[in-house]
Amino acid sequence: MTDFIVEVQGLCVQFGSFFAVKDVSFCVPRGEIFGFLGANGAGKTTTIRVICGLLPATKGSVIVDGEPFLPGREDRIKAKVGYMSQRFTLYEDLTVGENLDFAAMLHQVSGALYKQRKEDLFAMIQFNRTERTMVADLPSGTKQQVALVASLIHDPNLVVLDEPTAGVSPVSRQKFWELIHQLAAKGKTIFVTTHYMDEAENCNRIVLMRSGEIIALGTPKDLEKETFPKPMFRLLPKSDLSTEQLKNFKEQCELFMPYGRYFHVIFPKEGLVPPLFQEHFSVESIAPSLEDVFIQKVEGDRSW
Amino acid sequence: MISVEVQHLSRRFKEIKALKDVSLCFEAGMIHGLIGPEGAGKTTLLRTLLGLLDCKEGHILYQKDDAPITLKKVRAHIAYMPEKQSLYGDLSVREHLHFFKDLYGIPPQEFQQRADVLLHLTRLEKFKDRAARQLSGGMYKKLGLMCALLRAPQMVLLDEPTNGVDPISRREFWAMLHELRFEKNITIIMATAYMDEAERCEKVHLLEGGNVIDSGVPQDLMRRYAVDNFDELFIKKAEQA
Repeated sequence: MTDFIVEVQGLCVQFGSFFAVKDVSFCVPRGEIFGFLGANGAGKTTTIRVICGLLPATKGSVIVDGEPFLPGREDRIKAKVGYMSQRFTLYEDLTVGENLDFAAMLHQVSGALYKQRKEDLFAMIQFNRTERTMVADLPSGTKQQVALVASLIHDPNLVVLDEPTAGVSPVSRQKFWELIHQLAAKGKTIFVTTHYMDEAENCNRIVLMRSGEIIALGTPKDLEKETFPKPMFRLLPKSDLSTEQLKNFKEQCELFMPYGRYFHVIFPKEGLVPPLFQEHFSVESIAPSLEDVFIQKVEGDRSW
Repeated sequence: MISVEVQHLSRRFKEIKALKDVSLCFEAGMIHGLIGPEGAGKTTLLRTLLGLLDCKEGHILYQKDDAPITLKKVRAHIAYMPEKQSLYGDLSVREHLHFFKDLYGIPPQEFQQRADVLLHLTRLEKFKDRAARQLSGGMYKKLGLMCALLRAPQMVLLDEPTNGVDPISRREFWAMLHELRFEKNITIIMATAYMDEAERCEKVHLLEGGNVIDSGVPQDLMRRYAVDNFDELFIKKAEQA
C-alpha cells in the first residue's frame, strides 16, 4: 500500500478541441482532508470525474487507492470512492432505510456486513430516529449526515464531498465537520470541492485550479502568507465615496478589493496607513482570508 | 425610498410553522441581509413581503417616501429575483432586455438609457449577444438581476442570488449591490444561507426555524455576542437556548 491514496500524474482531459484539464499532477496522502477549489469552469468537476472512475483521461495517469484507471476497469475505482453531494445523494420519497438499502445494493454490500456497517455508521452520526423516517421529513443537517452514511456504506477509503455543508445550520455544520475529522483520524481521505472558502479553511491542504491548470497547492495558512506577505487592512468608508474618489484611493494601493461595504487593502509601504486613508476610512488590521487568496490567485487585481 | 415594517407575522403550511411571530424593520436605502440556514423561513418572508403569499396572521406596513402606501400600489416599485430564475436559455442578454421591456411596458427612450446603465453595472456589455444558457453561473445571476432592475424599482428582494456561484462572481455581485445602493439609493433585501455574507450587509436579520434570533448592524452583533463570525453567533445562540 502506497502512502498516497490519489496519485495524479500529467492528467489531460480533452473534449473536442477544448482542454478541460491540462497536465495536472498532485498526490493526496492517506488520512488528509484535501480541498479542491477553482472558479466555475476551472476543471474541478472534470478532474473529480476522472478520480471517481466516471471519465477517462485523454493523457496521463490516475491511481486511486492503488488502482490505476484502466479502460474497462472503472468499477474497481468506483468501489474505492464514496461520493456525496449536498443535494442529490438521497431520494426524498424513500425512507432512510430504503435509501441505504439502495446504496448498499449498488455497491453489492449485503447481509451481516451491511447490517454491521449500518449500525456503526448510525452510531457515528448518533442517529436517533427510526429508519422508517422519510428522507423528506429530516432536517437538512440530519439529511446530510444520512447522505454521508450512504456514501460510506461500501467502506471506501476515499470520500469525495461536493459543497457538503451548503445551506445547513451552523450547529449542524460544526457537527458535520467533527464527523469528517473523525473519519480522517481513522485513515479515510476526504476530498472536498467547494465554492465556500470557510469550508475550505477546514482542509489540511488545498489545490487551486484555473483554466484547467493547478495554480497553487498548500495549506490554507501557507497560501495566505505566500499570497499576501505584506499586512492587510480592512477599510470602512466613513461616508459614501464617489467613483472618482475610489479610483484615486485604488491607485495609491497595491491591492484594493471591495468586500461588501468594506475594502481589503494592502499599502505599498508595509504597515503604514497613509493619513488620507485614515481621514476617509475606519481602518483595522486583518488576516487575509482564503477568499482573498482565491481571488488574488485566480483573478489578480484585474477584475477591480 | 421604500421601507417595510413587519409586525407579528406568522405563516403555516399544513403542520409546518414557517414563520413564528416575526417582527422586523427594513429601513429604506440599506442593504438588509436575511441570514439563516435552509428552512429558516427566508423565502416565505420574501414572498409574503411581495404579496405572493397572503399575510394571514400579522401585519406588513409599507412606506414610500415616509408616507404609508398599500401593497397593491407599492408592488410596482418592488423587484423580485427568485432563487430559481425564469430566464430563457435560447435568448441572448440583449433579447432578454427587450423581452422584459415589452413585459413592463417601458418607453423606448427610457429603456435604452436604463439598459446601458445596467449593462455597465453588471459588466455584461461584452456579452450582449451571448445566449443565457452559455453564460457562467455568476453572469446568469447578474442577467436575472438586470431584468429585475429594468423597471427601475425602489426596492429589490433577492432570494439566495449567490447560491452555487464561485467566489469571484460572488464578490463582484456584492460590489454591484453596494454600487446599486450607493447610486440609486434603493432598498435591498437579500436572503442567504451563507453566514460569511452577513458581514457584507448593512443590517442583518438572523432567522432560524421561523424565528428571528436577532437583528442589527453586523459588527455590533458580533461585538455584542463576542464572536468572530456569524457561524459562531448561531452556535452560541443554540447553546444558550
